[in-house]
Amino acid sequence: MTLLIGSMTIGLILSLLALGVFISFRVFDFPDITADGSTTLGASIAAILLVNGTSPLLATAAGFCGGAAAGATTGILHTKFRINGLLAGILVMTALYSINLRVMGRSNIPLLQATTLSSQAEQVATAALGRPSFDFFGWDVASRDAAVLLFAFAVVVVVGAGLYAFFRTDLGTAMRATGDNQQMIRALGVDVGNMTILGLAVSNGLIALAGALLAQYQGFADVQMGIGMVVWGLASVIIGEALVGTTRIGMVIAGAVMGSVLFRLLIAIALRAGLNPNDLKLVTAVFVFIALILPGLLARFGRGGARDA
Amino acid sequence: MLEVRDISKTFYAGTSNEVRALRNVDLNIEPGSFTIVIGTNGSGKSSLLNAVAGTFFVDSGSVHIAGRDVTQWPEHARAKLIGRVFQNPFSGTAPQMSIAENVALAARRGRWRGLGWALAPGLVKELRDRVSQLGMGLEDRVHNSIGTLSGGQRQALTLLMATWLKPQLLLLDEHTAALDPKSADQVIRLSQEVIQRDSLTTMMVTHSMQQAANLGDRLIMMYRGRIIHDFRDAEKRRLRAEDLLTRFDEVRRGELLDESAAEMLRRKYV
Repeated sequence: MTLLIGSMTIGLILSLLALGVFISFRVFDFPDITADGSTTLGASIAAILLVNGTSPLLATAAGFCGGAAAGATTGILHTKFRINGLLAGILVMTALYSINLRVMGRSNIPLLQATTLSSQAEQVATAALGRPSFDFFGWDVASRDAAVLLFAFAVVVVVGAGLYAFFRTDLGTAMRATGDNQQMIRALGVDVGNMTILGLAVSNGLIALAGALLAQYQGFADVQMGIGMVVWGLASVIIGEALVGTTRIGMVIAGAVMGSVLFRLLIAIALRAGLNPNDLKLVTAVFVFIALILPGLLARFGRGGARDA
Repeated sequence: MLEVRDISKTFYAGTSNEVRALRNVDLNIEPGSFTIVIGTNGSGKSSLLNAVAGTFFVDSGSVHIAGRDVTQWPEHARAKLIGRVFQNPFSGTAPQMSIAENVALAARRGRWRGLGWALAPGLVKELRDRVSQLGMGLEDRVHNSIGTLSGGQRQALTLLMATWLKPQLLLLDEHTAALDPKSADQVIRLSQEVIQRDSLTTMMVTHSMQQAANLGDRLIMMYRGRIIHDFRDAEKRRLRAEDLLTRFDEVRRGELLDESAAEMLRRKYV
């Protein structure tokens, strides 16, 4: 049960990452791999502030802002200096590795002693329930685990709803149109460059927020923790799209969250079944590869079959 | 309303692909005028439109719209003054977004976009009315995505979007070239209606001699980056499609000779 709740919590936290990846890859069709760096940046900023006694809420918000700044930098490199989008992301990601080490001062900061959002949620839960565990349909569930899961769920609902609302405002629809048809939105008076910078800032802000929350949940920030996060987020988005099967913005947001949780559960099951944790990134990459080529392959086989018949 | 002063534009300058798209073009379009631009392929008619719209900056000369020097304005800034319909029906709308959302985007052309709801209830009601006036049967589908619309429906919608806020200048770039004849007629009729109703200053590029003869109060013929004919008012009204074809034949005969000889002959006889 602890494993299940843990997987769902991490899945929910990383769904914020999936939403960020959704904005860059899907809304803007921009292959932004700054994410690997901004996940860690969010975690580093939050961690260093937490061990120095800053309030967890403030530290987490600072993580978000750091990620937003990183995303904006990638956007500026791409739009103002006309650097290829992929390369702009690589440059910022590489620079962030050193920046993250600078921020933390070392490669790993443990947060077990610090007051974090998780520890606060745990305290609230034990105080409210008055006992360390409760009975949930026959399972013994630790109150603190349940509290953190609920808190993560609440955060995701708030962020998801906020994002949905944003995408229905004048600014948000213009942002979606920028990804959909640049020629059209330019003819309607939108500066595509600035809109891209803003979009990447929001995207990487969310990704850094996921990093900050993940660090607080797992009890440490590590300079390596961002590696492969883009692919992870992309896998979640792809699963989400398969789950909801529509491009309506609200459903896609919900789908990305569900995809992230489902993907994390699948990984947990695979690890339980004996998958070597070292192979995890390889499995994830292969999964995304298959998901990317599958629609094309199916169409080809479909046509081939029709011709044979 | 539109004042183009001595503009030139050369693409790929200094390479073997060098194209002198516009050569010292002068053009003054009065408010309320509906000007047709025709010309052979590569004559510079679309380049002229794009130079006005700001798709590229001109090498020399200046562009003034509604008394403002917009020569250095980027495309998105000029959008405040200009409504545009493109040749490609896919260019004017965002395919993954709904009809209503597309119109809502157009309703803020050139204006500040903040955190107000894009689909405010008042706007949805108004857009349903105006979409139904297109006679395309789209009023019950305003929340469907653009992706399902035909080319004719898209161009009609793009036209509605370009004129939702009255533009200082309406640019139509062969906007019926990609449509079947029936849809093309429908879109032309809608264009005429809105241009007349709002007395819009319009510049329309076309390859259809029929449209060129029947529409507008002024006609400009372009050739090799220059304006070679400019018919106005009575002269324009007398023009028939056949006359235009004759003019094109003259141009084509000229093309058989080399450029300098053609230039000399034209100056002498045309």
